[in-house]
Amino acid sequence: MDYGLDKKSNTLKTFNTIFIISWLLVACFPFIWTFWGSFKVRADFFSRSDWWYAVSAFNTLIETGEKFTTNAYHEAWFEGEFWKASKNTIIVTVFVVSISLFLGTLGAYALSRSTEKYAFWILMAALIFRAMPHITLVSGYLFPFFELQIWGILPTTIVVLVAINQPFTLWLLYSFFKTIPKELDESALIDGCSYFQAFRHIIMPVMWPGVITAGLFSLMLAYNDFTVTALLLNQENHTMVPKIQSYLGTNQHEGNLMWAVSAVVSATAPLFMLVMFFQRQVISGLTTGAVKG
Amino acid sequence: MPNKTFFWFFLPTGLAMILFIGLPIISTGVQSFYAQHDQVVKEVKKCDPFGCTVSIVVDNEATTKIREAKPLGKFNGFGTYIDRNHLATEEIKKFWNETETFGEFVDQVTNLPFYKALIFTLTYCIFVTPNVLLLGFIIALSLNAISRKIRGPLIFGTILPMIVTPLVGSLVLFWMIDSQGIIGANIQNLMNDPYLSLKSSKTLTWITIIIYGIWHHSPFAFVVFYAALQTVPQEPIEAAIIDGASRFQRIKHIVLPHIYPVVTFVALISLMDNFRVFEPIIGFSAEGSAQSLSWLIYDNLVNEEVILFGSAAATSMMTIIGIAILLAPVLVRTWKEFKTAR
Repeated sequence: MDYGLDKKSNTLKTFNTIFIISWLLVACFPFIWTFWGSFKVRADFFSRSDWWYAVSAFNTLIETGEKFTTNAYHEAWFEGEFWKASKNTIIVTVFVVSISLFLGTLGAYALSRSTEKYAFWILMAALIFRAMPHITLVSGYLFPFFELQIWGILPTTIVVLVAINQPFTLWLLYSFFKTIPKELDESALIDGCSYFQAFRHIIMPVMWPGVITAGLFSLMLAYNDFTVTALLLNQENHTMVPKIQSYLGTNQHEGNLMWAVSAVVSATAPLFMLVMFFQRQVISGLTTGAVKG
Repeated sequence: MPNKTFFWFFLPTGLAMILFIGLPIISTGVQSFYAQHDQVVKEVKKCDPFGCTVSIVVDNEATTKIREAKPLGKFNGFGTYIDRNHLATEEIKKFWNETETFGEFVDQVTNLPFYKALIFTLTYCIFVTPNVLLLGFIIALSLNAISRKIRGPLIFGTILPMIVTPLVGSLVLFWMIDSQGIIGANIQNLMNDPYLSLKSSKTLTWITIIIYGIWHHSPFAFVVFYAALQTVPQEPIEAAIIDGASRFQRIKHIVLPHIYPVVTFVALISLMDNFRVFEPIIGFSAEGSAQSLSWLIYDNLVNEEVILFGSAAATSMMTIIGIAILLAPVLVRTWKEFKTAR
């Protein structure tokens, strides 16, 4: 955005650079530090005597003979059964993303091509649903789910997460479909296609950029969810985030806090990779809603 | 699109939303009028050579029976809403009559669980939302002035706090700020107070959670503002430069008015998100000194003896009313726009 006229003074440039660097430090350092600390023993990362032990690995050297140890990972994944939690997370995420995209594309396409008044009201209702705190919905679910005896299992949670995710997906895909010119599918309709055929042959080939963005957000919701998974799944079926919390609760023996640290790193790393890869889509997704104002 | 086609296209998602968002809200509403059964007690007469004693014990069999017969609990009307753990109308009346100064009265009231949580939730919203807008805007302006070549990685670094789940984000900060972490230990050294820690003071806990909130939400504001900044037209800015407007004046009179709709959007979204603050309280293990409305519901639902469905539902309904109040201006505005558009 350099347009010749706007000359920035050197002081301003320096100040700007310092500001950005310090913000990035604030934003990223906690993650780097946790990553670093996950390879230490608890006495170092949560040192009672000297925080510098976390850098010098004083106790890690004594306990394991080396400066870095993967004990925490090993114990969390096997003794702590974090592998089970990550398996559950993968199942939940895959199903939530595919189902909510399937429902969302159909619904959002219909909304974007409808000129009726009710389409507007449906979008408004979706906005209100989007604002509902998840915990209030969960308090509505628990009792009926206990009565129907469908509490604690993965399919219930998947369906619930799909539903909770629909309002946002609908809005996102609605604004995306609005950008696809109407003439495209209208010409197909004139040629004698049904709406389903038009959707299948005309819209589907061009909708992928929007679908990828919506998919990423469904994925982040399903992957990151704590409220729903913690309360609707039993111990056996817990996904990663409630599992991390359960490591915190049982603080009796030494290893557990380090389990939580290594579990946090294990859960965050894939997410960061994914966002690094799809950064453009994440940002465009966050802004499409904003353009509507 | 004909109504019939619309119906079939929309049916799956509509059904999902009605069944799992619409109905639960109704179910919450119904539950809030019921309370869990009291335990059935019976008198047991126990006689031994020294005489008879009558003791009261819980009749487990009868309790289970009544719970199975009426699992929803006993009808309680608005009883749960006004009990001590919610609006506490009687307690407030009592405090009003008993306390001498107004300050004392406020003190007493803010010690009641619901009001305590409400005040924390509102404080959190009031401090986090404007700061998020401000910090997000400054970061967006600042990154916008940096060479395009290195912006990609910088943006990635900036949005990291936003993409992790609040529980993980707050844990990661908590481990550093806690007295055994890198920042906590250094603050102790700096202040020369070995007992200084997050848990030792309520104010400190609140400040930490608020700072966490700003840290977590600012990237969202940044992303939206950054995208909006790309659409600011260049001609008026160039004209302003020629007219000798300072950098600050340019932002105030050209950039801000242009992105104003986006600012209200971000403010609304982050207000809604902040109102449901909950996970950081668990992450910072701050239950002792900071409780939010959502946390109260969670606490009722994980209760070990009996799950307090009624109590959780009543708090939920009041949270929903809170959200409705927050949303009302937007809905009214959209409705007006919709009417004029017709």
